[in-house]
Amino acid sequence: MKIALFVTCVNDTMYPGTGKAMVRLLRRLGHEVDFPMAQTCCGQMHLNTGYRDQAVPLVKGFAEAFASYEAVVTPSASCAAMVRDSHARLVPEAAETAAKVYELSEFLIDVLGVTDVGAHYPHRVTYHPTCHSLRMLRVGDRPLRLLREVGGIDLVELPEANECCGFGGTFALKNAPVSAAMCADKVANVRSTGASTLCSADNSCLMHIGGALTRAGAGVRTVHLAEILAATEEDPA
Amino acid sequence: MTGTTPDRATSHRATSHHEGPAMPTYVGMPSFPSAARAAVADTRLRGNLAHATSTIRGRRAEAVAELDDWAALRESGKQIKDHVLANLGHYLRMLEERVTAAGGTVHWARDADEANRIVIGLVKATGETEVVKVKSMATQEIGLNEALAEQGVTAYETDLAELIVQLGDDRPSHILVPAIHRNRSDIRDIFLRSMPDAPEGLSDSPAELAEASRRHLRAKFLSAKVAVSGVNFAVADTGTLVVLESEGNGRMCLTLPETLISVMGVEKLVPSWRDLEVFLQSLPRSSTAERMNPYTSAWTGVTPGDGPGEFHLVLLDNGRTATLADEVGRQALRCIRCSACLNVCPVYARAGGHAYGSPYPGPIGAILSPQIRGIGSEVDASLPFASSLCGACYEVCPVAIDIPEVLVHLRARAVESGPRHPLERTAMNAAGWTLRSPTRLALAQRAASASRRLVGRRGRIRRLPGPLKAWTDTRDAPVPPPESFRAWWARTDGGRTEERDK
Repeated sequence: MKIALFVTCVNDTMYPGTGKAMVRLLRRLGHEVDFPMAQTCCGQMHLNTGYRDQAVPLVKGFAEAFASYEAVVTPSASCAAMVRDSHARLVPEAAETAAKVYELSEFLIDVLGVTDVGAHYPHRVTYHPTCHSLRMLRVGDRPLRLLREVGGIDLVELPEANECCGFGGTFALKNAPVSAAMCADKVANVRSTGASTLCSADNSCLMHIGGALTRAGAGVRTVHLAEILAATEEDPA
Repeated sequence: MTGTTPDRATSHRATSHHEGPAMPTYVGMPSFPSAARAAVADTRLRGNLAHATSTIRGRRAEAVAELDDWAALRESGKQIKDHVLANLGHYLRMLEERVTAAGGTVHWARDADEANRIVIGLVKATGETEVVKVKSMATQEIGLNEALAEQGVTAYETDLAELIVQLGDDRPSHILVPAIHRNRSDIRDIFLRSMPDAPEGLSDSPAELAEASRRHLRAKFLSAKVAVSGVNFAVADTGTLVVLESEGNGRMCLTLPETLISVMGVEKLVPSWRDLEVFLQSLPRSSTAERMNPYTSAWTGVTPGDGPGEFHLVLLDNGRTATLADEVGRQALRCIRCSACLNVCPVYARAGGHAYGSPYPGPIGAILSPQIRGIGSEVDASLPFASSLCGACYEVCPVAIDIPEVLVHLRARAVESGPRHPLERTAMNAAGWTLRSPTRLALAQRAASASRRLVGRRGRIRRLPGPLKAWTDTRDAPVPPPESFRAWWARTDGGRTEERDK
């Protein structure tokens, strides 16, 4: 299978470790993954902020960059949802490529058929299911099923897990007080678990919650799902 | 029949609803972010809202989970409403014909002013100076109480929560629970201050508060000659109007007075009684988390010797046909005003209803107000952005309104409607230009990586300039990495050279 990695502009620029973990994980599972250099961004920020015209060329660029692959896997539930839900509406010709895009947990479980990826991560971890993974992609408990199989992990339940962390892209700036109030409640719930690691399937949400966690000196680190699944006893994260 | 004809009402242009104050009480409201800033800092309000919304939210989830055909009910509700909206002129004419045949009088109101003029004229014709009111969103929308007051007519709200809002000289902050921002000690204070017949030494026990309002309202029910109501559903093929309520005040108002005037948004139609079956299940479970609401009143025209001898139905457009013209936005007209979306919304729970600058707060208000009023004011232009797009609203909506989809759609309209944020536009254009080319993106990433030692320490940035300060006021920002993913990929041949070196 010809697999492409859609790393997303945020991960590409700010969180290269997540992209590297994707490559390492998929290789360990026996799959080569390509990184088409023509990729940039799915257009979500522009579309969701009201700049639809600016999103359209990005959608076209995405469809061209990934057209020749059988599957496109991405470490962002939010970007995967943007591609699958909105690309065809913005650019009808983008439909075919959009349909081949999978978020990491979907790809592992639905396409590759694995839940135990041979990972080892001996830490107390709590998982925040992002809004777009839950309510747009509907990944359900796939990320948790993957995490439960990780060796050495102490997975603890996050109270009020399904509540939004308040990120919402430019919402975090345009409505900063409301966003910060939502984040404060998420942080309190994360801290109540006693976890040392907060895991999620989207670095944007982790950037938001993590920014509040470090500001509060909470001593909880944020780690993307891909990085936990890529970690092994020989090669820890 | 007075007023406009159905053809005129359903064909007038999208621009006409921008004229005049469509929701007079709400003119000049601050934008959502500035109103919400104050609400977020109000700890008492936050406490009241968090308690009330989480309680209703939990109960609603239980009430819905009881039904194994909830998904089918939701889909039916959606389809019935879509069918009505696609054939609105047909069903409105049918309703007018059947109501008229049953002895009622139908009036057509293009906008809030026209609706108010019609109601004022009808009340004046009775010679009365007081009316009792059943809780109604449509009359809140048109500012009827204020319009009546200007003409010397006093409107008495008889729903308990509306009464609290009215006596408190306040505005409603929730569709179903207009006084959700008040707790019981607030309510006791309001009663003692503004209810003329409130008993001395009134405590804040719910039973005492309910009894005080019951006595207060009973006198109004027994003396009122005119009632004004809204309408939950209008059955087109029989001309029957339906009101669902919990307290019985509605039943009093709908049966005791001599004249009944009902104001109804044109989208409130269902084709037949069979269609009601769906909504009589989905509305109470979604709104009050009840299997069935305590009082459902239905009436068809007038019945000699039974109930009001005179019945008037005012059909209100007020921006609805303009909303109907928008392919994406029109789904907002499916709304049955259950308020489930408010109760699950994390933004509503923290910003409260008043920040939405409209009688329609919460997620549904954020898509309804800018459509029926048009994106003219600061508050209407800010409402589509009053959401993190978390999608909880869409999930609970009993008529499957994809609120996030409409929000995003209206954001584009807000951006196109005027240069409100020139700096944002510049930033978005620059980001678009950069992201359209992988080469430019790589250059920008290299510049970001080069700046990492300047901008932050220990991997985080504690203070950003300009509009980005809104982020770092409460959250650290990450420092760019030494190299981007694409730079790493190019340098290491996708990590292969690194692996060989190990």
